[in-house]
Amino acid sequence: MTDEERKKPKLIPNRTPIPEQDPKERGKNFNEVSLGYSVEQALLEAERCIGCARPPCVKGCPVNVPIKDFIAYIQAQDFQSAINKIKETNILPAVCGRVCPQEDQCEKACVVGKKFEPVAIGRLERFAADWEREHGHRLKPKIAPSTGKKVAIIGSGPSGVTCASDLAQLGHQVTIFEALHEPGGVLLYGIPEFRLPKKMVAGEIAGLADMGVVIRTNSVVGKLMTVDELMEEYDACYIATGAGLPNFMGIEGENLNGVYSANEFLTRTNLMKAYTFPEYDTPIKVGDRVAVVGGGNVAMDSVRTALRLGAKEATIIYRRSETELPARGEEVHHAKEEGIRFEMLTSPIRIVGEDGWAKAIECVKMELGEPDDSGRRRPVPIAGSEFEVPADIVIMAIGTGANPLVPRSTRDLELTQRGYIIADEETGRTSRPGVYAGGDIVTGSATVILAMGAGRKAANDIHKYLMGEPEPETVQKA
Amino acid sequence: MAKILEKRLIRPPDVFYFKIDAPQISRKAQPGQFVIIRLHDHGERIPLSLADIDPDEGTISLIVMAVGKTSAEFVRMKAGDEISDLCGPLGQPTHIEKLGKVIVIGGGFGVAPLFPIARAFKAAGNKVVCVMGARSADLLIYEKEMGEVCDEVLVTTDDGSKGVKGVVTVALEQELEKGDTNLVVAVGPAIMMKFVCLTTKNFGVKTMVSLNPIMVDGSGMCGACRVSVGGETRFACTDGPDFDGHLVDWDLLMSRQKMYLGEEKESFEAWKARHPDILTEA
Repeated sequence: MTDEERKKPKLIPNRTPIPEQDPKERGKNFNEVSLGYSVEQALLEAERCIGCARPPCVKGCPVNVPIKDFIAYIQAQDFQSAINKIKETNILPAVCGRVCPQEDQCEKACVVGKKFEPVAIGRLERFAADWEREHGHRLKPKIAPSTGKKVAIIGSGPSGVTCASDLAQLGHQVTIFEALHEPGGVLLYGIPEFRLPKKMVAGEIAGLADMGVVIRTNSVVGKLMTVDELMEEYDACYIATGAGLPNFMGIEGENLNGVYSANEFLTRTNLMKAYTFPEYDTPIKVGDRVAVVGGGNVAMDSVRTALRLGAKEATIIYRRSETELPARGEEVHHAKEEGIRFEMLTSPIRIVGEDGWAKAIECVKMELGEPDDSGRRRPVPIAGSEFEVPADIVIMAIGTGANPLVPRSTRDLELTQRGYIIADEETGRTSRPGVYAGGDIVTGSATVILAMGAGRKAANDIHKYLMGEPEPETVQKA
Repeated sequence: MAKILEKRLIRPPDVFYFKIDAPQISRKAQPGQFVIIRLHDHGERIPLSLADIDPDEGTISLIVMAVGKTSAEFVRMKAGDEISDLCGPLGQPTHIEKLGKVIVIGGGFGVAPLFPIARAFKAAGNKVVCVMGARSADLLIYEKEMGEVCDEVLVTTDDGSKGVKGVVTVALEQELEKGDTNLVVAVGPAIMMKFVCLTTKNFGVKTMVSLNPIMVDGSGMCGACRVSVGGETRFACTDGPDFDGHLVDWDLLMSRQKMYLGEEKESFEAWKARHPDILTEA
């Protein structure tokens, strides 16, 4: 052991805890649950990074944030450089630091994590982003000289803005078309304020304006203009509309008053700010008892939103067991702390109504059988186990399908049987030259960071295409 | 932002015509489609049918009746004011083709969106008969305008102050008895459309209706506008708003339209208390 190594303090095995709002208190407000690291806490956590020569964490990140480098800047207390470093590859650090499933990505690959708890990379990323918002100044990104090429991007969610940011920095003129009245996509209408404050989203999207990106809101592509028309005016097009088509179960009573899709429930609350009604004009119904069907992050967001809107009892109904819950562990943990009920191995059969309103969900108990296509054990109904869960409000959070507005209005665009756009995973190329696609409209419901990764890959290939590198091959239907 | 170019009181005290600067929408919009507006940054998103489309002038027209907070705020706006958000055209256009004789039928201020639909059926070579009704003569709107694009306009009033005494279905039935009607298109309150469909069903005449459930995004993302047609759940915003009226579950539509009745009242009352001068300004 060298002298230098001997001097190094011993690695703290556990990650620095992040302060959070008290569970009882936060169940009554929409303020952020997690409060973020103080400077001292960030420094303590940053010290846990051992600065690997070939850091596997960077490879674990879909947009390859230079994790080791930005943490080194935090160690050196140069927070401005830390955030500048992150922004070289990630336009949404305040968002990703909060909502990325780091435990499955960068932190999963962390070398420290092999022996101890992995470095809390997400929390450090968030710290750097928040520090900039409060103390730093937003560095104007370097923009390459104009190429004279124009790119249209459809959708201002995480995939669209990442693609826009990359292309703008490469010198292309980018216009984003957004269907809603504000940009941000799912970051705005889907993820609740208590997990991702909307000022963070607005702040990060403001960075696009610095790059000269134009955002046109209230522009529903497929209606106001088609991709075909856009391609007459633009040199390339990136379709990143998300998977905005809510699934319902197709059971009796699903159209009763009081039954929402998670998309509607969350859009009313987040985008339209129904939680402030009547200050904002959009109303929302919250009964005493709210049941949310589903076990993903959207289900957790919905049930925790219902609690904050004043539900006395808020329940998750999920047909598999707790081990199979697709939601992030952290979200499940937070939900439990807040007093959310979990009705596991339970599947709805019908929604019971009275005078046009939902009153209860009739459910059946399930048991786990043989593994299905997804590798998870298939839930099987237990005969005779029917029972009712009382609920005035029922929220269906069972995933989304492909919104047909863009796919069906575009000529020569190959689609999957379920209506998703077929695009190459590495390049985003579709069946049509110059038309690219990525994010949920290609993969189905996934995560913010995967959609961002797709936006980045498409931007790389669009750049090559625009700069006259050999004509790319389009994808063919298998 | 979308600028109001013209405002006209078309039926005192609370029904107004607005012409709005919307060059891009006007180039794309077809009869039967709608827009979603949000008046200001605290506003809700509400769908409004297009009452006229003028691509040459670059404008669309809307008829608004002050029935709740948002519409009351809308009718207070003046020419030159700007609407924060105007999104469209949305929904599927009304299917226009040459069929022979088409009856267009409207109640209340639902007559307004019939105007571009009637004009299109007329231009496609159909004989177009308009049936329009109101409680009394002074509540009728768009009679003159419909006269300009239809071969015939039949008016009904509940009190008999003009035209046939009774509801629209009375005149509709008389017209259907002639046996030469190929299609009926109904736009208006759900209850009126329901009874129109019950009437036309007896005559076996196909009837298209324009459904008006509550909407939020208007692009198929939220599912607030679920309607049941032929036993299947459809989204009125993207699959409609036009559907075969004989297959619509009207009671479900009417029940869902009332989902926020309490909140709508609360919001409107609170607003009226703050704006006692409402509706006296034109």
